[in-house]
Amino acid sequence: MSVVAIDQVHKRYGALEVLKGVSLSVESGQVVAIIGRSGSGKSTMLRCINGLEAFQSGTITVAGHDVRQEAARLRALRKDVGIVFQSYNLFPHLTVSQNIKLSPTITQGVKPAEAEAIARRVLAQVGLLEKFDAFPDMLSGGQQQRVAIARSLAMRPKVMLFDEVTSALDPELTGEVLLVMEQLAKEGMTMLLVTHEMSFARRVAHVTVFMHQGKIWETGPSKELFEDPQTPELRAFLSNGVK
Amino acid sequence: MSTFGWPEFLFLLRSAGWSVVLTAIALAFGAVGGGTFAIMRLATNAVLRNVAAVYILTIQSIPVLMILFMSYYGLSIAGVEIPPLLAASVSLSIYVSAYLAEIWRGSIQAVPFQQWEASASLALTRVQQYRYIILPQALRISLPPTVGFLVQLVKNTSIVSVVGFVELSRAGQLVNNATFRPFEVFMTVAAIYFAICFPLSRLSRYLERVLHVGRSH
Repeated sequence: MSVVAIDQVHKRYGALEVLKGVSLSVESGQVVAIIGRSGSGKSTMLRCINGLEAFQSGTITVAGHDVRQEAARLRALRKDVGIVFQSYNLFPHLTVSQNIKLSPTITQGVKPAEAEAIARRVLAQVGLLEKFDAFPDMLSGGQQQRVAIARSLAMRPKVMLFDEVTSALDPELTGEVLLVMEQLAKEGMTMLLVTHEMSFARRVAHVTVFMHQGKIWETGPSKELFEDPQTPELRAFLSNGVK
Repeated sequence: MSTFGWPEFLFLLRSAGWSVVLTAIALAFGAVGGGTFAIMRLATNAVLRNVAAVYILTIQSIPVLMILFMSYYGLSIAGVEIPPLLAASVSLSIYVSAYLAEIWRGSIQAVPFQQWEASASLALTRVQQYRYIILPQALRISLPPTVGFLVQLVKNTSIVSVVGFVELSRAGQLVNNATFRPFEVFMTVAAIYFAICFPLSRLSRYLERVLHVGRSH
């Protein structure tokens, strides 16, 4: 049974159609990498899954939630779907632990002592327990991104979305974030990631999706897709060496 | 003709007290109004947004003097006698609310939109987003312009002298008329304004420091 089901989704910005009938199904525990050029619609598709972008037609179902632009429905959906952004987006006026505890405390009614324990657990998971009381601006980009992942995990999501989470990082900081993500994948988290890290997609993702001009152009088990691309567009994309 | 002595100085000080009282009243009511209009201005509901926009634009486009005349003379012609202090307080509060609304709207909008997205993605309601994420950051951004405006306000309270309310500037004129010592009198008035406004500016610096205004991502 699929955790994420995207069916014939169309999205337009005015006259510009950025998603032209996209369908995708993701099973529980599956890791799906989404690759493609800038403007191919991959980030837009990801953001539609947790309702950050509205779409005009088609349906998306995530962990039993029908994705629709209604405040209460979106909040229920987002308790089950975590997202990590390229620009980390930690709350700069709160410490690392406050960043993590905030939502569980106020949206899920978790008691303070329990929230404290959750914060310790997820910070340990991303290897940053010693930054518990630090402010975000005292951390490196890689550390901030790991805290952002921890903050999402504290919600106990059923699905995690990653939107080019290493694109703003120096190469030496990319590794530590990818390591955390790989660990998550091993623990059975359902993950969709938009990425330019081809070797990571090939190694960690069960399925890779290549998007081109607002469509899912080609999809398949990662190993096959990278080793034996079927379409000239994917071949061109892979040989152009976007890393 | 009397001289400029201790009694005259005490009179100036008492009048300065009224300037401060007026500023405090206008700030208190203006802040409530300003906060409300700032958030209305950013509401998703178009009616709320437009009502706030019209209010702010209207008040900012007419001199505070006209608001004062309307509330004092206008209402008295209509048969409603209102004391100068009330007319002055109401007029200045209206004036302050329109300006603070714009300062604070700008401060709220200066918080990066990614903060809205990140907090929405963590299932916060709009009220929770404002309460925990947006307003704490907007408050820091708004401090320097708000205190700057407050300093202006202290000095602008002098406008209420036209409805017969004696605050510091008006008191200075009265004392000068009686003593004809303009240099001493107005130097003293200026010094009192300075003694009120300078600490305010320093307070702003202090608050910026303790609230980490510079803290960013």
